[in-house]
Amino acid sequence: MTRRQRERLVRGTLYASAAGAVVLLAAIADWPLIRRNFFDPDIARSMWPDVLFIAARNTLLYTTLAFAFGLALGLVLALMRLSTIAPYRWFATVYIEVFRGLPALLTIFLVGFGIPIAFQVRWPILLQITLGLGIVAAAYMAETIRAGIEGVPKGQMEAARSLGMTRTRAMVSIIIPQGFRLIIPPLTNELVLLIKDTSLLFVLGTTPATKELTKFGRDVLAARANATPLIVVGAVYLLITIPLTQLVAVLERRNARAR
Amino acid sequence: MTSVSRDDVAIDVRGLHKSFGDNHVLRGIDFHVGRGEVVCVIGPSGSGKSTLLRCVNRLEEASEGSILIEGEDIRDPDADVDLLRSRIGMVFQSFNLFPHLSVLRNLTIAQRRVRRRSEEEAVEVARRNLARVGLAEKIDAFPAHLSGGQQQRVAIARALSMDPDMMLFDEPTSALDPELVGEVLEVMRDLAGEGMTMMIVTHEMGFAREVADRVVFMDAGVVVEEGPPEAVLVAPQHERTRRFLKILDDV
Repeated sequence: MTRRQRERLVRGTLYASAAGAVVLLAAIADWPLIRRNFFDPDIARSMWPDVLFIAARNTLLYTTLAFAFGLALGLVLALMRLSTIAPYRWFATVYIEVFRGLPALLTIFLVGFGIPIAFQVRWPILLQITLGLGIVAAAYMAETIRAGIEGVPKGQMEAARSLGMTRTRAMVSIIIPQGFRLIIPPLTNELVLLIKDTSLLFVLGTTPATKELTKFGRDVLAARANATPLIVVGAVYLLITIPLTQLVAVLERRNARAR
Repeated sequence: MTSVSRDDVAIDVRGLHKSFGDNHVLRGIDFHVGRGEVVCVIGPSGSGKSTLLRCVNRLEEASEGSILIEGEDIRDPDADVDLLRSRIGMVFQSFNLFPHLSVLRNLTIAQRRVRRRSEEEAVEVARRNLARVGLAEKIDAFPAHLSGGQQQRVAIARALSMDPDMMLFDEPTSALDPELVGEVLEVMRDLAGEGMTMMIVTHEMGFAREVADRVVFMDAGVVVEEGPPEAVLVAPQHERTRRFLKILDDV
């Protein structure tokens, strides 16, 4: 037996046993039970249209707010970390280390309950959401953005300064635009993580109008004692996240060509 | 042009020292470039010639000594370094074009942001300088789509678009494939012919001999010898210069 034939035999055996396992599972599974509990069309239909126009919409809204806040604060923190002024660096370093080390749920509690109780303030739910998720997101994005800025070749800053640009001008016009191109993939990962983290927001207490996807699905699950809403909601998450990662792949390819 | 009066001096370096930690790279350099003069700085790698050039526009901070640009001390803490730099064109070994901007934007961005020129004027100046380096048709291209020689010519046009008083070249052809060196030297030769003040760190001895008014040979952080190209390159006085030129001849 040649080496090629042996390899083919091994691979064929592997595939055959995998296929056999699948067939066996399919044969012994209680299909009607699975269909009733996970794929009940009546329950799925009853979730329409709220699943899209309330739940998915809210998930996207909360993600956008937290991402925008995190990106803006993250950029400021990244620039502070790279600053020549020591106190700026210290502040940014402490912020990043503290909030990267805390669970997002803790900051959500802090913003939603801790601070309101302590200072007797009531702030709008959207602000709570933005801060609750954005404070932690900013810490992560600061490190990503810093890596992007440091990834721009040193000669770029030198060329910009040689043309008479101030350090700030060179950062804004030359370094940051290039740095962001480098970090589109990791930033998109942050975005996908944020989309999923919005599922933590139910702890803030939601009204029917402010439910996001996970809370929406969980409520239907509880009301109908059926897992179908989890499948529906999961599919909606994937409808959002998969095109996003595909878009990034396209952008990355285009970037690679422009280099 | 060895003894010029101070009024005619574009770059005047006196007693320059530069250390990187324990590494004493420049050990007391006196160096000048007269207005309209083309000075080629040659020497083995590690001799400090690039460091000297980078100290002139303060990309490196000198440790000691004075550097006067048209009479203004660029090391003075009160000096407007950005303004001084905008009058000194700089060309790098690795081109350093801005890859995210088109050729046109590469040429206009500093005109707009530093010189505060209007968009029309900046574009007009950019077009003129692109034509000067023979790349008018590449105005909308991106750097990645240009050959190394073209990129370096765009980099020269970018520096020229600021209407600098002088140009610094840091081994401008060292990163180029041999067949692309000529087109860049051609542009530099034209510039010299137009009377531009130029300081050129280079390994192109043929070019130095043909274009330079003066050649400065550096080794181990000091100026070993300087003078007209025929003197320094053909009949060097110092042993170290002779050895360096011989090595170049051998390869």
